[in-house]
Amino acid sequence: MSFTATLLNGDQGLFKPKTLTPMQKLTLRFVVVGLVYYAFALIEGMLMRIFEVQQVPFISTDQFFAMMTAHPLVGIFGSSYSIVFGAFLFLVPFLMKKPLWNYKLALWTFWLVAGGTLLFWTAGFLSHYAPLYTLYWPLPADFSQFGPVGGSFFILGIALVMLGTVFFVVNIFKTITYTPKGWDKQPAGALLGSALGLTAIKNFFRRKKTEHLVPVPVAAVARGSVDLALNSGIILFTGVLILVYMVAALLGGSLKDTAIDALLYKNWYWWGLDLIADGLVLIFVAGTWYLLATLITGKKLFMENIARAALLVELVVSWTVWSHHLLSDQAQPAILKVVSGEMVTAFELITQGLAFFITLATLWSARPLKMSNELKFLLGGLLGFGLGVPAGIIQADVGLNRILHNTQWVIGPHVHVAILVGLTMTLYAAIYILFPILTNGAKLYSQKLANVHFWAHLVGGIGMGAFMGMAGLKGMLRRTIYANSEFEVYMILAALCGGLLALAFLSFFINIVMSVGIKGVLGIFGRSDLDKDRLLPAGE
Amino acid sequence: MVDSTVVLWGQTLAYTLYAIAIILVVGWVGWRLTKPGKGGGVKPALFFAFVAVLAVLGMSLHLITLKTIPWAEPDLHRDSVEVDRVFEIRVANHEFHLPAARLVINAGEKVRFEVASDDLTYGFGVFRPDHSMVFQMQVVPGHRNDVIWQFDKPGLYSIRSTEYSGPKGVGMTMADVLEVLEVK
Repeated sequence: MSFTATLLNGDQGLFKPKTLTPMQKLTLRFVVVGLVYYAFALIEGMLMRIFEVQQVPFISTDQFFAMMTAHPLVGIFGSSYSIVFGAFLFLVPFLMKKPLWNYKLALWTFWLVAGGTLLFWTAGFLSHYAPLYTLYWPLPADFSQFGPVGGSFFILGIALVMLGTVFFVVNIFKTITYTPKGWDKQPAGALLGSALGLTAIKNFFRRKKTEHLVPVPVAAVARGSVDLALNSGIILFTGVLILVYMVAALLGGSLKDTAIDALLYKNWYWWGLDLIADGLVLIFVAGTWYLLATLITGKKLFMENIARAALLVELVVSWTVWSHHLLSDQAQPAILKVVSGEMVTAFELITQGLAFFITLATLWSARPLKMSNELKFLLGGLLGFGLGVPAGIIQADVGLNRILHNTQWVIGPHVHVAILVGLTMTLYAAIYILFPILTNGAKLYSQKLANVHFWAHLVGGIGMGAFMGMAGLKGMLRRTIYANSEFEVYMILAALCGGLLALAFLSFFINIVMSVGIKGVLGIFGRSDLDKDRLLPAGE
Repeated sequence: MVDSTVVLWGQTLAYTLYAIAIILVVGWVGWRLTKPGKGGGVKPALFFAFVAVLAVLGMSLHLITLKTIPWAEPDLHRDSVEVDRVFEIRVANHEFHLPAARLVINAGEKVRFEVASDDLTYGFGVFRPDHSMVFQMQVVPGHRNDVIWQFDKPGLYSIRSTEYSGPKGVGMTMADVLEVLEVK
């Protein structure tokens, strides 16, 4: 096939959107939108990297901080949430061997997450509303720096994403527990108990073990979804609170911002926000590792009952670790700093280390394995968390936090390595393994491009985190601007590594477009006439 | 008192060695995964030993830092620590208001910095001339924010807000406003 024909119709014309079921199309739409928002976050990230090296005239200070506000939110909500929701809305019914509970609700999730992200990104871009994702009170309601109109649309966009998230959670739990039409009555309570990990805990104390009714990855999705629900509630409540102040300002009034205690608010908000970083991300990732390991090897998961129980422990741990974000807040009670901030947080080393070991042991039991794209990206994801989690544990220490908090160490070796290398490479592994299933057998256009994708992403992600970390150890802060090129060398090196990440994404993007063709990408957004209760076409 | 640069040096060394080790381990496992195995899987004993090592590492890190980093333990019970000097600092409208144009300290003295915010959440950090950080804390409005520090190295230090407080907070730096005098 000629280059143009491949670009239009995909490699060998194998991808035919008309053969896709509505569920396949919906999942692919989630993935496409997630990748588009990843590109948004990547471009913003690169612009910020350039600005950290040289304050270019086409970016103002206000714009820089608006980007800094939107960048993590677009990356997590617009990109990661989209890809994860799409994958899980397909995989949970796939693994439970029954249709999704409500297809329309899943469509609503898609539009709310995609639309909400576009709304808050646009509001931030146009109005420069920039209280950062941390929203430390009373900054989000500081109308001497930010306009209430742009701010209101920004908060509304976030609220729409949260609503879509709530719909996702409802759909997941209903899919696990409901009885499809014409089926024998399903044991909803037992299914829920198995999904939440109660069965695994009870099995520790029983001589006769109870059979698990849901596969391990579904159990991980269910437990991560508990954190999703709690987190959405907190963010929605906080959003409404901020909106009240904004509406008052728009009506010409001014509410007293001291009515809200800044430290109490910080505890409340970090409790909720941390359910993402230290909760659902870790739980979803562990579940995805387990799924990938079993799919790649075709073998049972190593230490399965412990893996299930650990997922429940991780859930409980995620409710009690928020105080590590307040180790530099001197009014925070010392007991909370030590117990929640240090001790319970250290448990994450155990739960995530355990998932790391179980995944590698499962792979090890099936040697020799072919070094497929999914396997190499899975190993990259494992390495990302292997590097990023201990970096986080180090800063979650009363002594070390005094000299690390808010430096580039936090955001480099911990956040960016964990998210860009750990989470994103895990998601790429899932995309590579699901690609033939979701496209009814389309072939990847180029293995060479996939290799460039892997190495450029791995080296770029670790390298960028490392150079940011080195700057942090030299005192460079994470949320400010250095006007006199104080940390220029580190920032140039970090920007070069950011360039590698951009190259990686470009390779992946070209590879996917050439695999399915432009017509194929557009075809995903067309209507499917097939049965929406079927995940795959008949005969697949 | 051990300087924070020494602590950071130790941390850099430990984390770099760990990072190299974990990269090598994952690389080695990835390489071995493509080679034929002997048929046996991983023994459960190895798994439990690994979990035990993680538990010991997680807990011992905090115990070690508590006993070796000089500011860690006193920080948890600051009220009972007797200090040689107290500086009360106010922050409002993105500006630090110091009790004097230059805060002068004798090397070896224990100093308590009491920083209060009238409006937003700020940070309070002390920096060396090479921009490296000596220490920092958050400054939350409506609450007491205090930190105790013992300066051993004479010289001039700067103050900078270490927390984002909106675009107006970018310039919250006061150069060379802290002077530590050598005691003869």
